[in-house]
Amino acid sequence: MDRVSRREFLIAGAATGGGLLLGWYLDARPRVVAAAAKATSSAFVPNAFIRIGRDGRVTMIMGQVEMGQGAYTSMPMLLAEELEVGLDQVQLEHAPPDDKLYGNPIFGFQATGGSTSVKGLYEPLRRAGAAARSMLVAAAAQAWNVDAVSCRAQKGVVTHTPTGRTLAYGALADKAAKLPLPTQVTLKDPKDFKLIGTPAKRLDTPAKVNGTAQFGIDVRLPGMKIATVTASPVLGGQVAGLDDSKAKAIKGVRQIVRLAEAVAVVADHMWAAKQGLAALAIRWDEGPNATLSTADIVQGLAAAAQTPGVVARKEGDAARAIAGAPKRIEAVYEAPFLAHVAMEPMNCTVHVRPDGCEVWTGSQVLSRVRATAAEVTGLPLEKVVVHNYLLGGGFGRRLEVDYVTQAVRIAKQVDGPVKVIWTREEDVQHDVYRPYYYDRIAAGLDPRGQPIAWTHRLVGPSIFARWAPPAFKDGLDGDALDGAVQLLYDIPAIQVEYVRHEEPVLNTGFWRGVGVTHNTFVIESFIDELAAAAKEDPVAYRRALLGKSPRARAVLDLAAQAAGWDQPLPAGHGRGVALMYSRWDTYVAQVAEVAVSESGDVRVHRIVCAVDCGTVVNPDTVKAQIEGGVVFGIGGALYGEVTLKNGRVEQSNFNNVRVLRINETPAIEVHLVRNGEPPGGIGEPGTAVTAPALANALFAATGKRIRKLPLVHQLRSA
Amino acid sequence: MVTLRINNKSHTVDVSSDMPLLWVLRDLLGMTGTKFGCGVALCGACTVHLDGIPRRACVTPVGTAIGHAITTIEVVGATPVGKKVQQAWLDLEVVQCGYCQSGQIMAAAALLAKIPAPTDTDIDQAMSGNICRCGTYTRIREAIKHAAQTPSTVKRRG
Repeated sequence: MDRVSRREFLIAGAATGGGLLLGWYLDARPRVVAAAAKATSSAFVPNAFIRIGRDGRVTMIMGQVEMGQGAYTSMPMLLAEELEVGLDQVQLEHAPPDDKLYGNPIFGFQATGGSTSVKGLYEPLRRAGAAARSMLVAAAAQAWNVDAVSCRAQKGVVTHTPTGRTLAYGALADKAAKLPLPTQVTLKDPKDFKLIGTPAKRLDTPAKVNGTAQFGIDVRLPGMKIATVTASPVLGGQVAGLDDSKAKAIKGVRQIVRLAEAVAVVADHMWAAKQGLAALAIRWDEGPNATLSTADIVQGLAAAAQTPGVVARKEGDAARAIAGAPKRIEAVYEAPFLAHVAMEPMNCTVHVRPDGCEVWTGSQVLSRVRATAAEVTGLPLEKVVVHNYLLGGGFGRRLEVDYVTQAVRIAKQVDGPVKVIWTREEDVQHDVYRPYYYDRIAAGLDPRGQPIAWTHRLVGPSIFARWAPPAFKDGLDGDALDGAVQLLYDIPAIQVEYVRHEEPVLNTGFWRGVGVTHNTFVIESFIDELAAAAKEDPVAYRRALLGKSPRARAVLDLAAQAAGWDQPLPAGHGRGVALMYSRWDTYVAQVAEVAVSESGDVRVHRIVCAVDCGTVVNPDTVKAQIEGGVVFGIGGALYGEVTLKNGRVEQSNFNNVRVLRINETPAIEVHLVRNGEPPGGIGEPGTAVTAPALANALFAATGKRIRKLPLVHQLRSA
Repeated sequence: MVTLRINNKSHTVDVSSDMPLLWVLRDLLGMTGTKFGCGVALCGACTVHLDGIPRRACVTPVGTAIGHAITTIEVVGATPVGKKVQQAWLDLEVVQCGYCQSGQIMAAAALLAKIPAPTDTDIDQAMSGNICRCGTYTRIREAIKHAAQTPSTVKRRG
């Protein structure tokens, strides 16, 4: 029996007043429909996640947003499993912003990110489904005047087992609504699961293959204008002067909006807005960053790396052990700024009226969208309505609301609704970038080459200190350190330190895999260096240090075996291995096979991943997330880099932000370990484990150890 | 005034002939299935067909589309090849965020119309202009092969 938390039973009625929402009516021909959600039409609303109408229609309200990671299937699976309805019987609805009803248990507010959805909601959503089901069963038992124990629910119907009498959920809705909420619910034994653990077809897919799926950028409203914007190309610069006469002369251009640091052109359509933007003559006050370049930033990081950090993990006296070791190895690793370039460019539609504000957008943090709109307009929170849409990629970019804030500032000056769309160039040059990290790492080895001590000092900004201040505690950022402090290798003395060093110019934030992506590159490259120094096989070397981590050792063995680790390779090819573990509580081992041409071109031939994420909800989505995470990781590791020159981001579009394409994508195999451990995160591990596997494969192929990303640039200059 | 034949219907719009087809479709005609991704033909999200040939709508001036049959994601499922591509996408669960998939499906449908049994090289050539940041490429490749092996039917649902 599980205690039911109060949060799960807050009535959703008020929360559904948010207005236009989307539902997927899943009949024989799935289609996307726009429907005004009316809680009043639903008879039974036991909690914030479920509504059941008298017509039997089951609506599930999605507090987590869908950005490709499959939440709009895994979350309904959790609810439906315990509610005892089929996935084909439910329709989905975007939740409105509400931290109380839809707060992510791991973050404490409404957020979709950090690979937390299944991990955080695995129990709460099942309890919500189970509670609703127990009320429906109780309602049927009452109607028949029988013991509820003699009734069972299946596929949205309650059956009285001894007599075979049945009542559908719709017929029970009114009666169930009058029953008291249960104080305790019994969750299913996992062996009785019908949905969880089986491959379910994604519920959001049909609309995404026929053009009917609605992303934020697809919003259309009566009288809506389209705007596009340019912020100061020198980060931190301001508008000093503006001649908009040529822009205003362009047909379709309606208005020029000047902000302190940006100018927007409001028009009848995007083409006029883009032409108008190009025709603006803006004089910029470039401000204090006009001469800054990446090298200046790295210099600051390198200097900070000479100072002691806050100790995040300490076992033994690692520094002393290294000083006294027969052999010591030291290295510096660097990871560059990275842009997200989600396929859907940043956009937000806003209508500001004297008495209210409406916002239409796709966001990973809906309540923050609402908060920033309230702040900018000066309206009370309850006067701001936010409509959430599908996200054309998140990857951490839509955990920020800078584009919403800016759109509301523009909309304040516009009469009627306006959709602000960033060009791709604006997206690349005004992203909230993955930070530049600088790591100093060292180990002492015994005469056999086994590590006796390990020190790791990582230097970079604290995203948490800005984004979730309570999570930045005692000088430690659990995200920046994620993956580094959990080092699984059994080494007698370990010290991990964090030096917080804020980037002076660029805004920095989360990028798929977050701190783990950076730390896994460092520690898995470095353990490979130790194996090479010991002249040992990289898999065997790791394996010997994993005696206390059987799940890690199992995925390592599985990946090595599936990849044919011991099989010979052609000349110029190399295999690399990497292991990943972090707060996501998921273990992944990867073997990458690469080939390097004489001119330094890198071809990734094959990626094999072994994944233990504990309990699996939708195995096909787990595989898809690993596959996609790997592709994201390969592009980032080989080519990803954002650089600054004279205060300006040098990259602008897909011509110089190189991402992986289909012709460069290797075969990717994903092997799942199935067990009953608690579910771990799956959206980001595939990305995090990839860079070190590739770096180690390049070392195997070429003998060159690359300690700075992106790999291809460094390989050529090495 | 520009008159266009889009999805077997005639549309007249009051725009200059150099306006890209993408914005005519999205902002004037409300056909939002065709997506904006880069604006300079680098990502393929805006792929449509002109007389069956894949074109990047973001760099296609509407003037050059006059007199040609324009097909978008909204109706490509009415063609036998488009329908089986969409079905293959569903069968193999290709899609993640889905934003690029209109363009991917249009590119794949054009490929299969031209080369019914494409090799990996054919797929690379036809599809390498279409970026997917979710990284669904391995499934796109499989789905194209799956569609190639599916007999065409003209049966239409709904």
